[in-house]
Amino acid sequence: MHILIIGNGIAGITAARHIRQRADHQITVISAESDYFFSRTALMYVYMGHMHWNDIMPYEPWFWKKNRIHLINDLVNVLDDQRKTVHTAGGKQISYDKLILATGSSSNRLEIPGNELDGVASLYSLQDLQYIESKSTNLKRVVIAGGGLIGIELAEMFHSRQIPVTFLVRESSYSNMLLPAEESEMVNREIREHGIDLRLHTELTDIKGDEAGRIKSTLTSSGEEIDCQLACIAVGVHPNVSWLSDSPIEINKGILVDELLQTNIADIYAIGDCAELRRPSPGRKAIEPLWYTGRLMGEALASTVCGTPVKYDGGIWFNSAKFFNTEYQVYGTISPKLPEGQKTIYWQQRDGKKSIRINYTEQAVIGFNLMGVRFRQEVCEKWIVTKTNIEVVLANLELALFDQEFSPNYAHAVRDAYRSITGVTIRSGVNRKHAHVHAFMKNHQKSSV
Amino acid sequence: MIHQDDISMSLTPTVYPSLTIGHKIFSIIGCSGLLIGLISFTGSFPESNLTLILSLLLISTGVIGYSIVQYQRQSPGIQNNFVRVKAITSRGTTAWFLALTLMGFYILLYFFPQSLGLAESGNTGLIALFDPLSQWIKNKPASQWFVYGTLYTLAILLFGIKFMLKYKGNRYQQIRTVSVMFFQLCFAFLIPEVLERLNQPSMDLKNMWPLNYYFFFDWNLDKLLQSGTLGLFMLGWSIALILVISPVLTYFFGKRWYCSWVCGCGGLGETAGDPFRHLADPSLKAWKIERWMVHSVLVFVVLMTLLVLYTYFTGNSHILFLNSYALREGYGFFIGAIFSGVIGVGFYPLLGPRVWCRFGCPMAAILGLQQRYFSRFRITTNGGQCISCGNCSTYCEMGIDVRHYAQRGQNIVRASCVGCGICAAVCPRGVLKLENGSVDLFERTPFAPKSSKGDFN
Repeated sequence: MHILIIGNGIAGITAARHIRQRADHQITVISAESDYFFSRTALMYVYMGHMHWNDIMPYEPWFWKKNRIHLINDLVNVLDDQRKTVHTAGGKQISYDKLILATGSSSNRLEIPGNELDGVASLYSLQDLQYIESKSTNLKRVVIAGGGLIGIELAEMFHSRQIPVTFLVRESSYSNMLLPAEESEMVNREIREHGIDLRLHTELTDIKGDEAGRIKSTLTSSGEEIDCQLACIAVGVHPNVSWLSDSPIEINKGILVDELLQTNIADIYAIGDCAELRRPSPGRKAIEPLWYTGRLMGEALASTVCGTPVKYDGGIWFNSAKFFNTEYQVYGTISPKLPEGQKTIYWQQRDGKKSIRINYTEQAVIGFNLMGVRFRQEVCEKWIVTKTNIEVVLANLELALFDQEFSPNYAHAVRDAYRSITGVTIRSGVNRKHAHVHAFMKNHQKSSV
Repeated sequence: MIHQDDISMSLTPTVYPSLTIGHKIFSIIGCSGLLIGLISFTGSFPESNLTLILSLLLISTGVIGYSIVQYQRQSPGIQNNFVRVKAITSRGTTAWFLALTLMGFYILLYFFPQSLGLAESGNTGLIALFDPLSQWIKNKPASQWFVYGTLYTLAILLFGIKFMLKYKGNRYQQIRTVSVMFFQLCFAFLIPEVLERLNQPSMDLKNMWPLNYYFFFDWNLDKLLQSGTLGLFMLGWSIALILVISPVLTYFFGKRWYCSWVCGCGGLGETAGDPFRHLADPSLKAWKIERWMVHSVLVFVVLMTLLVLYTYFTGNSHILFLNSYALREGYGFFIGAIFSGVIGVGFYPLLGPRVWCRFGCPMAAILGLQQRYFSRFRITTNGGQCISCGNCSTYCEMGIDVRHYAQRGQNIVRASCVGCGICAAVCPRGVLKLENGSVDLFERTPFAPKSSKGDFN
């Protein structure tokens, strides 16, 4: 059987690797972006000189040969589902028995005047970074539009080169669609402490160019004109599906798939950023353009195409990021505005650099939101899955601490925060020893209180 | 079609911040201190305390001042900005110049100490520069080893301070660095020198066999046996260190208790060598070479030591075709001097600060074997949070491909891991943690299923 995978990002490559682990099928991965799989999330570190391009490739070139994963650098532009064949820009016709679409996404454009000018960039692909690098000489100011994860990454990138940045965020606080107010405010501070000119409640309305078609300045919704030599648009992404518009594959925003990640056409599947779940699980989005989602989908699908159907299950929500020097982790449900029936415990370090938030209902813990503090994913997940009572969680909070050795034990502070809102004193039941964590993970009885 | 090399070229940062005035001022101050040392070669300074004090003071001010300028305003969080691009940290011209200078210094030190000014009749040049300090500490003129020890200790102390500023906000790094600074200053430098002043057998009490390859040489054993209670204590202590203390500590904490908390070679690598840690090659090929080399040196040192002891007890220097004197001289020259010294430190700017520890140190090899099969130490991975970015693998000074394990959610149990904790520190997603625990010990035997040994796929 020949399995053809279009896209060599985390979703496509995970599928390829896991199929190889399970079976001896012929595997081909096609990508127009790069010869080899690389970590998209690490592109920023190449720009900042932390790593080489070679460093962000998780597998050495021999890996693909050894695992008989055939790589092709070409662009697929036509799908002939009748003949089970794809056509490439390079003139190849490749037939398949099963086809996996893992084409990822592209950056959204802003529909404003001047968005085609030379010097308007975004950051998603390798080519995007090459473009930004080529434009990085003689920059006096860069304007970034969009208060999401890519926006702040771009701000950090230019900051590392001491290039002044104006950062336009539509919302009233950074990422407050995602983060509760306190954490969002913490990130605002972090951005400003790094000397970034952060403009909240401000949108990009117009990009102006010179006679040569190069960007000259930007206009904002507050009517200000900001001179700049580069504007980066970071207002989200959309699935790469336009090339399929003439195919019979059902598409909404992304490629529609069922729980088995199957499209409406037999033997064609879609995973990662380009896939849109017909029936997402409650509280989850139909399209989740995330590294982790891509990987989980790739794993599930590998099993399915190898004959053991596995329904895709996003599991307990988790994500992470780094806002300049502040790490961020989230497990479970954290709503930016606390819904009726949920409660929150929030502890913030005095210097405003670290915080722990735990959300819970009357009965059970539902989410953890960490800033500058590391928690153990398995432990948090287990507490959430087993609907553990908040007081049990607090008594055992040490189990979740994942900061490096000798780090302060923040669990005490969180318990103090709980006492200050409820008056209930909780004593620590465990310490941070590895054996305790292991026992907890093994012991299924004890945790389901 | 785009080629890998073209991509690499197109992504190499074109512009990045240059040194500020503060950096430059302190660089000049530090270099002027070194210059005094260099001029002293010509013997144009009168032998006086002032010259040495001035030189060391300028060097210290330079390093500490530079570090403060570099890190003082940074909030906690590690910024390895442009280390992959700057010439000095990416095998550029300045890196080669530094490497050749270091190697040259080691060659003079080991093989031509007279050229540094060593003389029975009265030191001159660089060594004479250190006479006042040597007189003050141990009542004797300086030797080339005293000069080396002083500079080595100074480097660990000064770059230790730089390291602590860089990794502020990370207590593991702070405490570990204080530890290597302490062991270098007290155990490697002060205690042996003071013992010498007191006419006692002098010894670095933490320097254990087989890193201290001459411990079982006849002259050393005789020295200890003829030095009364203190000598016997040292002999007993050293053997207890090898047979009891080290295995117990390695069982509980992994080899890090030695390699990145105590050892002087490790200490210099961790501090002065920190800017070069990404130069360790994480490829599978390098790992294969590493295992062959480091275990060959281990076999060499064990064989050499056994023969030396055989000769010691029997007076017979030949067994089969092997000559114990020739063997120990060969080891001293090739491993003791060339590998651990000239290459070990000289290659910092080329292959990273742990070239010796990784490819040559027989001590690291023994502790590594124990760590791999019989230790509670491991690096745990935090669920599925890894984004395969590669910071961990890049900044591992031992060239361990940490990401290989992290992206699979596997624990990292590798013989070579010195437990420096930098992988966990540079991880942008909080994925790695150094831990001690006995739960998976049974999986570590040589008979364990292949998957747990971390073979790919």
